[in-house]
Parts: sequence; structure tokens; C-alpha cells
Amino acid sequence: MTASRTITVTVNGRRYERTVEPRLLLADFLRHTLGLTGTHVGCEHGVCGACTVIVDGDSVRACLMFAVQLDGRTIETVEGLGGPGKLNALQEAFRAHHALQCGFCTPGMLMTATDLLRKRPLATDDEIRDGLSGNLCRCTGYEHIVKAIRAVVGPAPSGTAANAATDD
Amino acid sequence: MTDAAHLRPKMIGASVPRTEDARLLTGRGAFVDDRKLPDALHVAFVRSIHPHARIRAIDATRALAAPGVAAVYTAADLEDVVPPIRATSRMSGYYATPILPLALGKVRYVGEPVVAILAESRYLAEDALELVEIDYEALPMAIDPETAARPDAPLLHEAAGTNILLTREFKRGDAEGDIAMAPVRVKGRFRMRRRTPAAIEVRACAADYDAGRDALTLYAATQIPGILRDALAQIFDLPGHRLRVVAPDVGGGFGGKASLYPEEILTCLAARQLGRAVKWTGDRVEDLTATSQAFDEIIDAELAVDSQGRVLGLTADAIGDVGAYSIYPWTAALEPVQVVSFLPGPYRVPSYRGRVRAVATPKAPTGPYRGVGRPVSTFVIERLMDMAAREIGIDPLEIRRRNLVADDEFPYKVASGLVWDKSGFHACLEQACAAIGYDALRARQAEARAAGRWFGIGIASYAELTGIGSRISAAPGMPINTGTETASIRIDSTGAVTAAFGVAAHGQGLETTLAQVVAEHLGARLADIRIVQGDSDAVGGGTGTYASRSTVLAGGAAIRAADGLREKVLQVASHLLEAAPRDLVAADGRVTVVGTDRSVTFREVARAVYAEMGRLPPEAREELAVTRNYDPILGTTSCATHIAALEIDPQTYIVRIERYVVAEDCGRIINPLIVDGQVHGGVAQGIGAALYEEVIHDENGQILTGSFVDYVVPAAGDIPPIEVVHVESMSPTTLGGFRGMGEGGTIGAPAAIANAVADALAPLGVDVFELPVTPARLFRLIANAQARS
Ligand code: FES
Ligand code: FES
Repeated sequence: MTASRTITVTVNGRRYERTVEPRLLLADFLRHTLGLTGTHVGCEHGVCGACTVIVDGDSVRACLMFAVQLDGRTIETVEGLGGPGKLNALQEAFRAHHALQCGFCTPGMLMTATDLLRKRPLATDDEIRDGLSGNLCRCTGYEHIVKAIRAVVGPAPSGTAANAATDD
Repeated sequence: MTDAAHLRPKMIGASVPRTEDARLLTGRGAFVDDRKLPDALHVAFVRSIHPHARIRAIDATRALAAPGVAAVYTAADLEDVVPPIRATSRMSGYYATPILPLALGKVRYVGEPVVAILAESRYLAEDALELVEIDYEALPMAIDPETAARPDAPLLHEAAGTNILLTREFKRGDAEGDIAMAPVRVKGRFRMRRRTPAAIEVRACAADYDAGRDALTLYAATQIPGILRDALAQIFDLPGHRLRVVAPDVGGGFGGKASLYPEEILTCLAARQLGRAVKWTGDRVEDLTATSQAFDEIIDAELAVDSQGRVLGLTADAIGDVGAYSIYPWTAALEPVQVVSFLPGPYRVPSYRGRVRAVATPKAPTGPYRGVGRPVSTFVIERLMDMAAREIGIDPLEIRRRNLVADDEFPYKVASGLVWDKSGFHACLEQACAAIGYDALRARQAEARAAGRWFGIGIASYAELTGIGSRISAAPGMPINTGTETASIRIDSTGAVTAAFGVAAHGQGLETTLAQVVAEHLGARLADIRIVQGDSDAVGGGTGTYASRSTVLAGGAAIRAADGLREKVLQVASHLLEAAPRDLVAADGRVTVVGTDRSVTFREVARAVYAEMGRLPPEAREELAVTRNYDPILGTTSCATHIAALEIDPQTYIVRIERYVVAEDCGRIINPLIVDGQVHGGVAQGIGAALYEEVIHDENGQILTGSFVDYVVPAAGDIPPIEVVHVESMSPTTLGGFRGMGEGGTIGAPAAIANAVADALAPLGVDVFELPVTPARLFRLIANAQARS
């Protein structure tokens, strides 16, 4: 086992200096070293997306990175979005459209969506679904998640939205 | 109810946003692994690599000496400490397998826990796993359930004397005779492959031990904290008040967290023996290999109809591959027996014979999974209906119109003994057709077909029993009562309302919907109500959330308790307002004298009772608390029709679902948005069962689907938009008129898709008898059909 290393990271705008084992996963570092348990772990092999966080502006899987790779870098997690009394627009849309049930996939969904909203036009619902393809949700059937993101982006140009469901 | 009841704001029926959401959207949820227990040890399990083997010796000395390791357990260490627990039942000829936390003497499936290692961190515990040496002697085995059912098959449980853990039969009339005489017969050998619930949160538990009181609190990702408490109390011989099971935020269950697991027993045992908190966080490999699995039946079924398509008789012989153990508390009967008891479906079936054998094989045990048995029975009967319609040349819609139990025939006794109460069988069928534009869709299909495209439409109608009361059980004489629920509602000295239940939500939003029921019946403000659930200490006896029971049972109990408490509140307010209780109305957290502006708040009522000396006569100072039970005795019927329209890509064999409509009757709706969400999620899982998901074992008993790469859970692009139509007919049998609806989506979807795929490929002469129809299976089906023609 290699010796522990001291790293400095900025998480949600706050600087942390911690000494960690080289093999410590970023997900475990966030959850157990920093106590930021909003980032969830659903598979530990990079498929489910529950652990998605944003590192230096790009979404990554926290179960596939080691904490030591983050030295000097900037991380955004779900705790950095709006707080319980002051949800941001995306969180508000998730709530209004019932885009979460058990809420376990939700932090990963929110971080993926945050990244998508910054980078992609999301002109069609298919584009939203495509953007979410690396995040598994077992509860919602995705429909309300797509709607919530659509609500934040604004209406799709006519003719491109998928079939309207009955509960609008 | 007072005359002025109509003044109360309507909470039942409103799409109020969920109470749960604020914490879950901000990373402030509290799932089991989020909990930090001081000085906790972490446990990791060495699991069997053999499907069936004798354990000759275990050498854990090197593991015990590894850094950070505090203790190692094998079955030998537990023999006098942990008695086996069994899922008992009165079913004749049933063998209840002993369940132990660690394999004793031999292993019976790949993934079965054999050795537990406790260390200072999860990393260190996992490091030590590979230092354990286990000397196995591989034993012969029958991985295939039909082989395992033969008398000469190697036995998994020698004490049982057979691998057939139970057999059951349902019979009405002379089905064989009726079929033999019938003009039209269709039959097939149907197979629904094994699947797994795959909640995104994997199972986890953490035992906190209070040595001073010799008391244990188990935090568990479970749907059944009450059942766990009772089972663990029995195993450890502890009184219930020293053993508490808390299911905090739970990341989905779908049945996979609705049984007692070896890891939970071991974690509790180790915490008590070592005097420290012990935590287990499973990983996805453990989940895919050792969480209860589902389905896995082979069904030979035959349906006879007359020349008009009216059902004359039905027979079925089913083999359920239940895996290695009879799961606690449900028994191995749960899934396969429901397949045959629900097989007649929502149809008039005059004569029926259904027989099932539950066969033990060296695989993870099957257990409850969303829909239990009914996704399979619906697949079979709905396929047979379509085959019969095709045989006599009528539309699949028409054969259902002719056979669905009619509105004036309820209550209808099903051939297997179940009773359907009045619900919208025909209304669902017609409204689903209207919503999807059935005739226009058929016209489009004709065009697509003419162009050589594989475009299909599939209908599935089903009925299910939900909110089941104490008169019906998954297995007769099983060790728990699933039919009763308790609500305990209290107004405290600040006027706040706390309502406690034995249910345990894991995504259903019960903190919101039950608060809606309490708010409406008590007359309290939604914001003032806190729902306590997912905690064995909440009420004296509870089980949890499974089997689409919580809305019906907890909703009914909430109505009874809230009505009772409202009477108490009015009684006190009548002293304060000097008015007769019948002239008072409670709404929005305030009691008002009807027709006046004189009122008191719940808070003032509470202060008068608890805090203000002399404000009330002593006999009027009763605690503002009421506890009531509710038992719907039989339960109630929920039903739906699903229609899918899909197209198969002739190059890739990928199925693209173009439209998906559900018309469902779940009775009176408490929160429409939540109902839609449940339907969407259920359908998505049904689509998974129809097209993608399959637990695969090779002929050596090794599991090939141990990751999310190999076990395919549908992603956003695989699930179409789902249109939901609510046929809201009040249940005639339940308090509040609610019907259960958490599972239905998963029941209808596999059948609807199977029928649509068969319909798309009808011109090729392809039929669908096996799910999931993965592209590989479709390729083979089509290639075989083309070779034949
Ligand atoms: S936990 Fe990282 S992708 Fe699943
Ligand atoms: S809300 Fe439960 S997994 Fe997405």
C-alpha cells in the first residue's frame, strides 16, 4: 500500500485539505471523509450514474476516480445546488413534476442535468433522454424527469416534443 | 362528519408536492449508508463461488491477522447462538428450509454468505476477504428446474427428501373435459425468465448497540422493519422494546428489500457480541447475486374458446424455480402460487385447473418482486387470448370485450377462489382504446404491414388484488399477519400533529399521501402534520410496505384514527367555545362554530388540554391521541388495460415502443401526480421484463449477470412517454374507496409488449412464448420462422 497523500480540493466553493490513501475513491472521499452524503453510490462500476458530480465543469463518476486525482481541482455536488429552503430552478422543477420517488438516483440526475443544461440546447425530448442515458432510475420511468428538465429549458420547438402525457 | 364538512379544503385528490422532496433534492436524505455510527466496524462477506458444494474446511487465520480486522465469523461460531429461522406454512407437503446467516455444511448458490469479516473500515474488511481459504467439495446439482424436479435429481436440502418444496392446485369444474370438447383450443409452453429487482440503492444495514441497556437498533434498507423486528426478536430472544428496526430513507425496494436477509441477522449478532456498532453496505455484485430474485416459471397452458371466442376452459401446469431457500417470511409459495391463482385473469373462466410445483435449485432465492406472480400470469393468459382471437379471426380487442367480467357480474368469484369486487374492467379497456386511437392505429398498422414493416399493437388487461386484509395470505399459516395496519395520531402540546404507522415507504411518497388523508379527516393543516413510518417503534405491531397495501390499509387506519381524534378535538373545543360539538367544524388547523367567526386553533385546543391549568374540567383533559387499526378483510380489486404500439427494426432487431397507454382503476386517488409516477415506474420495469432484463446462469450454475453491464436496466432512451388515463371508481370494499396501485404497471407491460411483438411478427408466423424478447431471441425466432417457410 502506498503512503497517504495530502490533497487540497474545493468542493461547492469551500476548500478542504485532507490526507487520504491513494486508493480512496472520490465517492467515498466525499461521502465519508467530508460527510457530503448527498452523492450516492449505486453500482461502483460506472454504469448507474448515481455518483455523478461535476469536476472542473464536467460531469464525472465519483466511483471511477480516486480522491488523489482531485488534488487542486474544483468539485460541485448536489449539496452545492439550492438548500432545502431555497431550491434552485432545476430542483424546483423536479419537485413540481414529481421527478423523484425514492430519491436515490436524484443527486446524480441533478448533476447530470446541471451539466447538460450548461452545455446542450436540449431542443428535443429525445436529446434530454439521450443526455440522461448514463443515469439509471428504477422508480420514475424517466417521464417526469424529462418533463422537469424540459420545464427548465423551456418548451421544445413545436413538433419535436414527444407525445404529451395526460397529466399536464 | 358535521354538516359543514364541505367547508373543509379537499386534500384527498390534490397533486400536492411531496414533503419528502426538499431533503432528497438537496442531498440531505438519510439513507442507511449515510449514517455515521461512532466507532463502527464494517462487515464484508466471503461468498460462495460454487452453486452446490460441501464446505470441508475454512481457514480464516490469515484474515484474522490482517490489518484492521477485529473478528471473523463462520457458521461454526454461530451454531449455538443463532437458531435457524424458517418461513413456516400449513401448506401440505411444504418444506420450510432453515435459514441461517452463514452457510452451514454446504453452500447452495453462488453468492451465498459463508464467512463474515469485521474490520475497522469497509476497505480493510474487503482486503481480508481474499485471505480466507475455503476447501469446497463440489457436489452434483441440477441447475434446470425441470431436471431438479425429477426424483433422481441431486438434493439441495437432504432433509426435504425432494427438491419440490411445495405443490398446489386450484380447480373449478372439469377443465380438461371442457377443453377436449371445445371447438377452438390454443396452447403453449410459456417461460418468463428470472429477473431481479435492482433498486438503485443496494441493500445495507447498520446495527447500533447500546451495551448499557442491552438494546439494539438496526438501521436497514428494508421495506419491512416490523417483520424484521419480530424475526430478530425471535432469533435473539429479546423483548421488542430492546430491539428497534428503522428503515430511514430507502432507495427503492420493489420487493427486493421485503424479506429477512442473512446479512441483517449477522450484523445484529456481531454488534451484540462485539459490543460495537456494525455496518454492512452491500455492493452491486452482491445485490445482483444475493438479493431475492423473481419470476422464473415455465407454464404449460391451454385455453379453449367457443366459435365466438368465449372462454370455455383453461388449464395450466407451472414449475416455479424458487432458488435455494424458502424465503422468510413469504415462503417459496409466494411467486409461483400466485401465477396459477391469478391465471384466469379478469375473464369469465367457467372451468379451470391450475397446478404448480415450486422447485429448489442452486440459485439465489426468489421472493417478492413488484407484481408477484401476476406479471407472469398476465403474460400467459393475455398471450392465449390473442392466440385464440387470431385462431377464430376476431380482433384482440373484441375477444376481451366478450370475456371480461361485466359490470353487473361483480362481485365475481374467480375460478381459483379469488373474488373481484366492482371495478372498471370494461371501462379501462374502452378508455385505453380511446386514448390511443385504436382503430386509427390498426389502420396505420395495415399500411406499415403493406410496406413490409414489423409494426405491432398489443393489449393487456388484468386485475389484481390489492390492500389485502387478514383473510388472505401469500401462504396459509405464514408467520406474519399482512392484513392489518395501525394508525396512531397525536396532537402534542404545541398543536403539532404526529401520525405514526407500521408502513415503510421507499419512494411511494407516503409521508405526503398519508398526511393528505390525515389533514382532510382531522381538519389539520398539511404543514402541521408529520408522518412517522419506517420504524418498528412507531406502532405496537406493524409489518411494512409491500403488496400495494399501504394506501388502502394505512389510508383506512388513518381515516379511522383521524376521525376519532377530530371528535376529541371538537369535544375540547366545545368547552372553549361554549358550543355543542355538532355545531363545530374542524378545518385547516382551526375549530369554528358554524355560521360564526368564533374559533380556536388546534394549538389553543392543545394548550388547553396540556398546559393551561384550570382551563378545562379535569375529566376533559384526555390526551389528544387516538390509535385505530384497519383490516380490509379480503382486500380490493385494481385493474387496468395497457396498450403498446411498437416497431421492430429489421436490421438490429431492436424494439422501439412508439406509443404506450395505460388506463387504470386504482379507486379514489389521493395524489394524482404520485399515481402517475407509480404507473410510469411500474411500466418501465415491465418493459425491462419484456425486452431487457434477465438473470442468466450458465450450465455450471455460475451467474453471468453480475454487473449492470450484463444485467440491463432500461435507461431513459429505452422507455417511451407513457400516457395514463385514470378510471377512478371508488372501491366498494375499502374505507376511503382506495385501491392499491404500486405494482400494476409491472403487471400489464410484459403482456402488452409480448402481444405487440407477436402482432408485429404475425405475418412471419412468429409467436412469443418467452420473455424477455431480447434482440438475440427475436433474431432466433425470426430466423427459425423463415427457415420453416
Ligand atoms: S456508483 Fe458510480 S456509476 Fe454507479
Ligand atoms: S427515484 Fe428511485 S431510483 Fe430514481
